[in-house]
Amino acid sequence: MENYVIEMLNIRKEFPGIVANNNINLQLKKGEIHALLGENGAGKSTLMNVLFGLYQPEKGEIRVNGEKVNITDPNVANRLGIGMVHQHFMLVDTFTVAQNIILGSEPTKGAAVVDIKKAEKEITELSKKYGLHVDPNAKVRDISVGMQQRAEILKTLYRGAEVIILDEPTAVLTPQEIIELMDIMKALVSEGISIILITHKLKEIMEASDRVTVIRKGEGIGTVNVDETDVDELASLMVGRQVNFKTEKEPADPKGVALSIKDLHVKDSRQAMMVKGLNLEVKSGEIVGIAGIDGNGQSELIEAITGLRKSESGEIKLNNKSLMHLSPRKVTESGVAHIPQDRHKFGLVLDYPIAENMVLQTYYQKPFSKNKILSFNTIYKHAEKLIEEFDVRTPGTKTKARALSGGNQQKAIIAREVDRSPELLIAAQPTRGLDVGAIETIHRRLIEERDKGRAVLLVSFELDEVMNVSDRIAVMFDGQIVAELKPEETNEQELGLLMAGSSKEEARQKAGDNS
Amino acid sequence: MTDNRKMNILVPILSVLLGFLVGAIIMIAYGYNPIAGYSALFQGAFGSLYNVGETIRRTIPLVLTGLAVAFAFRAGLFNIGAEGQVFVGWFAAVWVGVTFELPAIIHIPVAILAAALAGAIWAAVPGILKATRGVHEVVVTIMMNYIALHVTNYLIRTVLSDGGSQSARISQSASLSTQGLKEMFGYSQIHWGFVVSIILAVFIWFFLERTTYGFELRAVGFNPNAANYAGMSVKRNIILAMMLSGALAGVGGAMEGIGTFGYMYTHASYTNLGFDGIAVALLGANTAPGVVIAAFLFGALKVGALSMPPLSGVPSELVDIVIAMIIFFVAASYMIRLLILRFSKGEK
Repeated sequence: MENYVIEMLNIRKEFPGIVANNNINLQLKKGEIHALLGENGAGKSTLMNVLFGLYQPEKGEIRVNGEKVNITDPNVANRLGIGMVHQHFMLVDTFTVAQNIILGSEPTKGAAVVDIKKAEKEITELSKKYGLHVDPNAKVRDISVGMQQRAEILKTLYRGAEVIILDEPTAVLTPQEIIELMDIMKALVSEGISIILITHKLKEIMEASDRVTVIRKGEGIGTVNVDETDVDELASLMVGRQVNFKTEKEPADPKGVALSIKDLHVKDSRQAMMVKGLNLEVKSGEIVGIAGIDGNGQSELIEAITGLRKSESGEIKLNNKSLMHLSPRKVTESGVAHIPQDRHKFGLVLDYPIAENMVLQTYYQKPFSKNKILSFNTIYKHAEKLIEEFDVRTPGTKTKARALSGGNQQKAIIAREVDRSPELLIAAQPTRGLDVGAIETIHRRLIEERDKGRAVLLVSFELDEVMNVSDRIAVMFDGQIVAELKPEETNEQELGLLMAGSSKEEARQKAGDNS
Repeated sequence: MTDNRKMNILVPILSVLLGFLVGAIIMIAYGYNPIAGYSALFQGAFGSLYNVGETIRRTIPLVLTGLAVAFAFRAGLFNIGAEGQVFVGWFAAVWVGVTFELPAIIHIPVAILAAALAGAIWAAVPGILKATRGVHEVVVTIMMNYIALHVTNYLIRTVLSDGGSQSARISQSASLSTQGLKEMFGYSQIHWGFVVSIILAVFIWFFLERTTYGFELRAVGFNPNAANYAGMSVKRNIILAMMLSGALAGVGGAMEGIGTFGYMYTHASYTNLGFDGIAVALLGANTAPGVVIAAFLFGALKVGALSMPPLSGVPSELVDIVIAMIIFFVAASYMIRLLILRFSKGEK
């Protein structure tokens, strides 16, 4: 009989109208990293919320160290040594790291005076022990996302957690921070902490975890040892069918130059120059992928092209017509479509019905309105057509965009942008936060657009995506395009080095040495 | 399934009922008979044509200030300044009414337009500051209220009179009040302003829900980033929304100026029409039809309250408590939503 720290047996959780979890088993060994894998909406978060005491299961039992427990609320979970780091951090921005960590269980001197000195000492000790580097005196709003996450992990450790649930911990991190996090997780398990890692990223599971439990549509599919499986098997377990990772596509057939950018300079909101003399061309009928680490000017570049941000100097031309200093509307009317990086913040009015979101840029044109009066008939017929054509899964055209899953929201945005028959399609992180099924669909759409002779500019922090989809890769570093490569003539290592600022010769040599 | 739309209707209705319930409990606690109290309230609001006329008269400006607050709110703005916009609108309408001699068919619209313009200009200041400098509209509109109060008082003393505390009466050609209508409603102060407020309510509903302007305005209200991304001018929409909101409140002031009173007097403090407009908008869920109904309820409560002491001995302040409780329950709608959900679950 194995020793499990946590056992969740035959868990069933219902919500009105749906069974979110049915017959799910999860057994966590001491000192292992156990991944919980499933598509968006498969029921991973529900299961973890059951473990953390936020939901009560209808059936099944939970055991901690072999003993049956009844976790009625998160305080009980904390007492049992279970801690959770949520995907969206629960930190007070204006408090210091130390203040955040002790919040709710402050050490006191005398009756009610918070002993911050003692807290800081304990935090420093904890952070040394587990290799979690934080600055206890820094305010949360001033520190990086990676450090905020470490503060969250420390928060659970400070409360005596022996089991830590990490909910999609890498979604917000840069590639470098992801590597750091992997090291931290290894340090934690070597000290006897057990980790449940919620994710839908297969590569991370292969790299970091020991075992993986897969759930699909609320059902437990099973648990496998990571050593005995591979990415393909995990993907098909998760989705329930074979998944194509290598996006199938014909070689590109590029025509004339569509987008041409020369010596572009753009400042960010804090007046720092983020794009520094950038040159780039995208031809009709090709996909150019911009590879780069977040914060090297990609966002500013896209905002400059789309008119959301003023450029300082340089030249942006689409089919030989200047886009410089045009309003977002004029840019859109010139034939630019834009799948924004943050679909909730920019892409959608979440409280508008899906149909109205599909005319967000065209509502003022015929046939969607006449004499400033909206023609709802046309708007809703238009939406029905797009929903059908792009397989957007929604209860109806009147459903608010908020109610759709991330993948379907993204499909709705793509439908809207592609439907305008743009000359140039800009896709910024188009598959961020989506599961493999949706990613496949979206990549196929981008390639279809290319095949229709449109210019596609893809910006992504995921190297896989850039390598898979692009016909040409432009590496962006420190506000400039530092290299242009063909995906079949490079590899992740070379790209990684270029993205980190190595020169072309250096990168080629180092990547060559290792391969 | 209890959907959102149903909730938006159920929550205000339940809030009103709960408000009355709390009022009844308080009456019982202090030894009054709640049935007598509420029937006096009802008598006061609807007991005779005179009372109905008074209730309608009280409702008219509340519809307009309620629309003003609701309209701004739909664009994501909190117009606390309806109060000040009422003052400048009132003043502008009375000024047109006493200064010019025109046929009624021109005089009345000109007076109303002047009030709308004055309210719009007054509200443009916070709108422009918000759009261009990011100054919070709540702070600016509160200050603009004080300025409006004292500036109109000064202008009444200097422009509309010779140091007096009251303007001259407007000419009959500018008045919304007619003998025939008053007679029909038992010589109450009712005036034709109810037509103005209904027309504007319909117009605002149409503008918000059916036109491209309304589409933009609501998009800006929900998500300014997405609106900007979609090519809408957030700045222009903020200024436009504030100005139209101010225009509505200004017309609300005109209803007092050329409808109820026929003149303007110096105020020692606020009329509360603008502030009540906030409550009306809240209860009406920021929709035009909701605002009309909520304003009518508030008008009836305020007029009915006057009959409570003579008919039942219940102090009229009780109505203030009822109104306060209604607003409390709407504001705490989360609690009521939970109750409704619990209730509908039990039914199944």
